[in-house]
Amino acid sequence: MNKIKSLADLKKLQTEVQSKIKLREKGDIPESLVQIKVSMATCGIASGAKETMNFFIDELDHQGIDALVTQTGCMGYCYAEPTIELTLPGKEPIVYGFVNKTKAQEIIEKHIKLNELVDGIIPVNYSSIDN
Amino acid sequence: MKDLSLHILDIVQNSIRARAKLIQIEIIELPELDQLIISITDDGTGMSKEEVDRAIDPFYTSRTTRKVGLGLSLFKQNAELSGGSFKLESEVGKGTKVTAVFGLEHLDRPIMGDLTGTILLLITDPQNQTDYVFKHQTPNGTFELSTRQIRQTLENVPVSHPEVRLFLKEMIQENLEQIQISE
Repeated sequence: MNKIKSLADLKKLQTEVQSKIKLREKGDIPESLVQIKVSMATCGIASGAKETMNFFIDELDHQGIDALVTQTGCMGYCYAEPTIELTLPGKEPIVYGFVNKTKAQEIIEKHIKLNELVDGIIPVNYSSIDN
Repeated sequence: MKDLSLHILDIVQNSIRARAKLIQIEIIELPELDQLIISITDDGTGMSKEEVDRAIDPFYTSRTTRKVGLGLSLFKQNAELSGGSFKLESEVGKGTKVTAVFGLEHLDRPIMGDLTGTILLLITDPQNQTDYVFKHQTPNGTFELSTRQIRQTLENVPVSHPEVRLFLKEMIQENLEQIQISE
């Protein structure tokens, strides 16, 4: 049986990663990154926001796109869950509804990479979502 | 909610919104008593007695974006449907504790689901400032995970780093397999 990973192994990984980590620290300058906020309240979770969020994290990492994928609360569009708020560097935030894996893929391919808007935008007139 | 791991993810969001610094998630399996106990304890803002009484009302919420708040009521309903019980304790300024007891072998108990995914999502959020202590206890052993320890070990490497994420995922998975958690 393989040995179960422990904190000691994590330390080894830390040393490894440390040496190749980019100087630019993620999170310090979120404005320069693609930011995705996934709505994670009861309504979102029940509609599959967890799968959507995992998909974004894995796919963006896989494609080598620097992005900040975080959780946020309910935006009040419970009928359109899972919803995400996408902010490209220097652009206004855009909210998408009904984001399943297929939609997420389309958003990455078209909106994030080519800066073309995709169907499914929820028109909003709010300033920011904090809750 | 399809499974218990989603319930946990959901209830923890309440603690995050209550500006908790430390959230403790504890799962205890007691086959002898046929019980599965899930408790989530935070040190957030807490609630007054009136708020505690209203919190499980599906038509009460502290949000302004919508008029319903189903998280706790769904959790309570599922616990009671499986022959268990539900308790909500809170004190203003001290924090809140949610405890749900499920019938371990009861047919109506939702499955555990992707517990690894839930823990991972919570602890690797890049903007997350909250600390977590996760504990899962079965007759075969106990698995404990503390994000404070992880952060200390990682020093300035972020937990959201892809390689760290992958490592943590495997670590959680292997440990949960080791103590043979119930489905």
